[in-house]
Amino acid sequence: MRRRPAKIARILYLVTIYGFLYLPIAVLILYSFNDTRYSSNWQGFTLKWYTALGDNRMLLDSLGNSLLVALLSSTIATAIGTLAAVAFQRYRFPGRKLLYGLLFVVMMSPDIVMGISLLMFFILVRLEPGFLTLVLSHITFCLPFVAVTIHARIADFDPNVIEAARDLGASEYQAFRHVILPMLLPAVVSGWLLSFTLSLDDVIVSFFVTGPTFEILPLKIYSMVRLGVKPEVNALSTVLFAITLMTVFVSHLLVKEKRS
Amino acid sequence: MTPTPIVRFRNVTKRYGDTSAVDRMNFDVYPGEFLTLLGPSGCGKTTILRLIAGLDEADVGDIFIDGKRVNGLPPNRRDVNTVFQNYALFPHMSVAENVGFGLKMKGLPPSTITSRVGAALSMVKLDELARRRVRALSGGQQQRVAVARAIVNEPLVLLLDEPFSALDYKLRKQMQLELKRLHRRLGITFLFVTHDQNEAISMSDRIIVMNDGRIEQIGTPRQIYESPDNMFVAEFVGEINTLDGVVTAAEQTTLTARVEDAEFPMTNRRGFQPGQRVKVLLRPEDLFVSQLQDEAPGPHLTGTVEDQIYKGTTVDVFIRLASGTTVCATQFFNEDAEDISYRVNESVHVTWIRGWEVVLPDD
Repeated sequence: MRRRPAKIARILYLVTIYGFLYLPIAVLILYSFNDTRYSSNWQGFTLKWYTALGDNRMLLDSLGNSLLVALLSSTIATAIGTLAAVAFQRYRFPGRKLLYGLLFVVMMSPDIVMGISLLMFFILVRLEPGFLTLVLSHITFCLPFVAVTIHARIADFDPNVIEAARDLGASEYQAFRHVILPMLLPAVVSGWLLSFTLSLDDVIVSFFVTGPTFEILPLKIYSMVRLGVKPEVNALSTVLFAITLMTVFVSHLLVKEKRS
Repeated sequence: MTPTPIVRFRNVTKRYGDTSAVDRMNFDVYPGEFLTLLGPSGCGKTTILRLIAGLDEADVGDIFIDGKRVNGLPPNRRDVNTVFQNYALFPHMSVAENVGFGLKMKGLPPSTITSRVGAALSMVKLDELARRRVRALSGGQQQRVAVARAIVNEPLVLLLDEPFSALDYKLRKQMQLELKRLHRRLGITFLFVTHDQNEAISMSDRIIVMNDGRIEQIGTPRQIYESPDNMFVAEFVGEINTLDGVVTAAEQTTLTARVEDAEFPMTNRRGFQPGQRVKVLLRPEDLFVSQLQDEAPGPHLTGTVEDQIYKGTTVDVFIRLASGTTVCATQFFNEDAEDISYRVNESVHVTWIRGWEVVLPDD
């Protein structure tokens, strides 16, 4: 019985932390069902903001653009990142450690620096800002995350397994195709999902490198909320949150499977 | 006439950084033999297998497989297969897929693969486990999969890198027998690496004793055990007693040496000259111990019993000689000695049959 106050304090502490983390999101989700445009008071349940979202062509177009960019850039980043991770692990070449370290530099560098430097680069090579520059930029900032995720996995491998494949008659490509890639698959999928979410919600870098002809969702939302938060945006955010949650869930399942 | 070697090392050197893992090695492996590379860990045994498999490249020298120089040839184009120390099975494949991997890489039709995988699995007694994931197998079963995965390709040489080191004693003994049986049945050349001298002696046709990247001796298990070429081989393989001696007289094939104040006639196999200092090596089982009241057995050493250890079939008697050196003599039970028992500090005679000693120069 004397333990009770301590127990209550512990639970309170936990509730505070989780409240701090998740209350804003919960409020946002709740408001996406709130039957009022301006008031922050609860006026009753509605799905009309979701319907309004469905009718908002501009918002849906930008969502489509965002998904296209995210799909393309995460796929390309994953392909390059996988090969890079394998190369870092399998081959010894001059500058290997330096190149690997540079991945972390890209990973750590502030988005704003990355945005500006990419913009300057695109101006320099006379690339029109728009779809192509967006995809290239997103590949750039996703690549290190993929490479590092997959490298962590391949570094755990027993190197003898790959050597066994070679010893049993597999060419370098066959060893990659039949042994390395299948064993890496969970990490490859996690890397892809990570890139996908990174690309989908990027604002800062995209702000610098996109043009007026190609609008993506985070920037669209950003410009919309400058005029006040519309309930459609709440609805859209809730949809995005659900997608992200699913992504995390899937990637968690994959990670769990590779452990077992 | 010696047959053409299936693997040939000519002056091969492999360095890792500043140290030579393999240092100017020359040796031949003959078709069908069971050859063991024996040595302490880190002596370069595994490197030799890796050089043959093509997983590492020699810095200097030439390696021939089946008469062809293979320097620079990638592992997939060499007709040898390896059983790795930790098995290195493919964790994402079933037992059958693991075993069939090499055949699949060769592009053989699935029906051929299935039947050959079946044959290989039954050879290692794993027929029932074909569908299993390799992770679900015990250490011994994984070991069998690794062997099956290699022999299914019918390599010219099977390279085995300490394959039993992870198994417990009983399982290891059983696997040794099975491997030996497999060797007889397949007729494939086995090149086996171990640091376990008992394993080497009981399994091999020939042994290469290695130390620090060099060959100390090549020979049959019997030659290695009974006539070691040098102190390293003598001490590494089995137990041995070492006594200091001086040659007092020498003929072509015989010599007399003084050991511990007694003169012993010995066989002169190395052209020793009078006055030379020598090491006289004797296996414990070659020493005979007798009690003082027994008839003195000709030239003999005298000492006191320090200890005796009952080993079941034998008794090890530790005897301190006058010079302070302790020797170990293994005494066998037989109809003459049903009860071997010495008192501690009892004085005894120690002797051996002339010619059973190994005499090496003391340097």
